[in-house]
Amino acid sequence: MNLISFSAENIAKTFNRRKIFNDISFTMKEFNSLAITGRNGSGKSTLLKILAGVLSPTKGEMNLVIEGRVIKKEEYFVHLGLVSPYLQLYDEFTGWENLDFFRKVRGLDTADEYLAELLSRVNLSDRKNDFVRTYSSGMKQRLKYAFALIHRPVILLLDEPTSNLDDEGIATVYQIMEEQKKSGILIVATNDKEDITMCEYVIDLNIQTLKKGEK
Amino acid sequence: MKTGSSISATWTIFKKDMYSELRTRYALNALLMFVITTLSVILFSIGNENVSPELLAGVLWIIIFFSTMSGLSRTFVSEEERGTVMTLHLIARPLTVFFGKLLFNLILLGALNVFTVVLYLLLVTGFSVVNYPIFIITIILGTLGLGSGSTIIAAIIAKANTKGTLYPVLSFPILLPLLLTVINATKLSVEGVPLVDAIGEFQVLISYLIVLLAISYLLFEYIWKE
Amino acid sequence: MTLKLLLGLWLSLVIIVGIAFPITVNPTNWYDLPLVPGLEDKARIIFFHVPMAWVTTLAFITSLIFGIKFLSNKNMDNDLKSASAAGLGLMFCVLATVTGSLWAKFNWGSFWNWDPRETSIFVLLLIYGAYFALRSAVEGEEKRATLSAVYAIIAGVTAPFFIFVMPRMIEGLHPNEAIVSSGKISMNPTMLIIFLSSLAGFTSLFFWMLNLKVRAERLELKHYLKGE
Ligand SMILES: Nc1ncnc2c1ncn2[C@@H]1O[C@H](COP(=O)(O)OP(=O)(O)OP(=O)(O)O)[C@@H](O)[C@H]1O
Ligand SMILES: [Mg+2]
Repeated sequence: MNLISFSAENIAKTFNRRKIFNDISFTMKEFNSLAITGRNGSGKSTLLKILAGVLSPTKGEMNLVIEGRVIKKEEYFVHLGLVSPYLQLYDEFTGWENLDFFRKVRGLDTADEYLAELLSRVNLSDRKNDFVRTYSSGMKQRLKYAFALIHRPVILLLDEPTSNLDDEGIATVYQIMEEQKKSGILIVATNDKEDITMCEYVIDLNIQTLKKGEK
Repeated sequence: MKTGSSISATWTIFKKDMYSELRTRYALNALLMFVITTLSVILFSIGNENVSPELLAGVLWIIIFFSTMSGLSRTFVSEEERGTVMTLHLIARPLTVFFGKLLFNLILLGALNVFTVVLYLLLVTGFSVVNYPIFIITIILGTLGLGSGSTIIAAIIAKANTKGTLYPVLSFPILLPLLLTVINATKLSVEGVPLVDAIGEFQVLISYLIVLLAISYLLFEYIWKE
Repeated sequence: MTLKLLLGLWLSLVIIVGIAFPITVNPTNWYDLPLVPGLEDKARIIFFHVPMAWVTTLAFITSLIFGIKFLSNKNMDNDLKSASAAGLGLMFCVLATVTGSLWAKFNWGSFWNWDPRETSIFVLLLIYGAYFALRSAVEGEEKRATLSAVYAIIAGVTAPFFIFVMPRMIEGLHPNEAIVSSGKISMNPTMLIIFLSSLAGFTSLFFWMLNLKVRAERLELKHYLKGE
């Protein structure tokens, strides 16, 4: 029996009657990774939002099964982490307060130690008590990783994973990606060559409806 | 993990909004300033005139309605403006968000109404309540109904492009039955009729509240979902 | 086509008959209408004003039903129907308000008296106004459709409260108390037939106009999509 299966069937999205993409289908099993590529405006971010369950597709179905249990659409967020340029954290709270809020809303019994560990992992330990509004864009991007990983998600969705990050930050992200491939499913929307080579499968939105497996 | 954790998640959303409000004071300042300025304009215009207590009962609710309109949309509008809506989508169920924000609005409006009513009783000399039980029950039920109605409408206008003027425009027809009833009940408390005579008003207010909460419960997901 | 002519003929007949048939104290001929004390010739408005007010309500309910349909299947065509019905509803609402207040000027002495029924139609006018204000304030098509459907439903469940609220506030002046006094309709058969025919005529008129409007909107949409 499969541990995890995440599939999309003929997903299509239309904004104000303009078709963005059509017929996106794939099935990912545990330890699979998928890169979504395409020119600017081809719908990478849109597709990722749909997969994350925060945007409804115009057509098509998604199916998430974890250990034989079908997960309802409303419960996707429990199993899923997302890092995206569209994501905003709370400016008027400190980094630590943000994480503390996410932990409590999710009803996690995560210990403070784990939060501290996450923060040191993204190299924010010394700034954790500063307001997010005072963070640089790279620091905000780092905090988003802590946000996405706090509940140890089965599926990790990353949109432009390395944007705004320095070399050390990029190294951390690659490490996170490698770990995700060992524990669940990784889906990345990117045009960065290096990001793409880290993934087993690629969907190119320019040549829509096509799904090709590399490797 | 369903209901138990949903309640604590709702509470967490409420607390987050509370801290956020205490730090930024977006809604609170607008609300307080609104009450103070309108009240002083009313006091100036009354001057030494003898205005009937019945009319003053209506004026009180006009102040409360418009101050509600000046600040209660913040909880939803600020999430939309700062782009944190997606963040909430990723950590909580829609109804958790709704009830957290409803609770926040009810507490905020409750505190504001206590402030407004006390100020009104102290400063507007022509306004004297005879039957306090009717008056207090009316204020409580009115606050609950007004808070619930304006919260679901706030969720709607947060998704619109022009928010400011739209809020009272959409809220007024929805809240009018409530406003007419609370104004009537307040008049009764001023006239000093026995409590039983206001039961009809209370029944309308309670059923209005139940209907609004039920419809919000059913429809919020449609509003919240992109 | 024939249906359209028939509808035109029907309504013309209703209008002519409603205006021309004489009002007498003791109706004896089949074409006599009864005299309602205090209303006299002004009673004729019942043939036009009441059907308009009825269509206003009918249009709102129609809009509501298509709104609910849209929420359940997300088919944009339902939103188009919902909005078209609301557009017609707004028009009939204005007509009912204007005819009503003209009549009120002659019967009650002023255009507006905050009689419960006047207040109800005023609230409907506000709801229609708010509905279109909301629609014009939302850019995304689907979002606009969803939000306006949700708003119509909220308005639809809170509006009936006026039925309980209004009688407590102001006593009615409205002549349905005079014509329909204590459950007994003081219309004679002729008057009743004209009234019901008018009601049927206006109802058909509404659905015919709705059909026309929906088709026109669809064409406009097609044209717009081609132009892109
Ligand atoms: N809310 C919206 N309303 C209307 N159109 C939208 C909306 N969001 C996105 N679009 C459109 O959908 C298309 C895809 O946008 P998306 O952000 O998914 O592209 P992308 O592939 O992520 O681009 P980039 O490489 O620049 O990040 C664009 O043409 C955009 O204009
Ligand atoms: Mg993008």
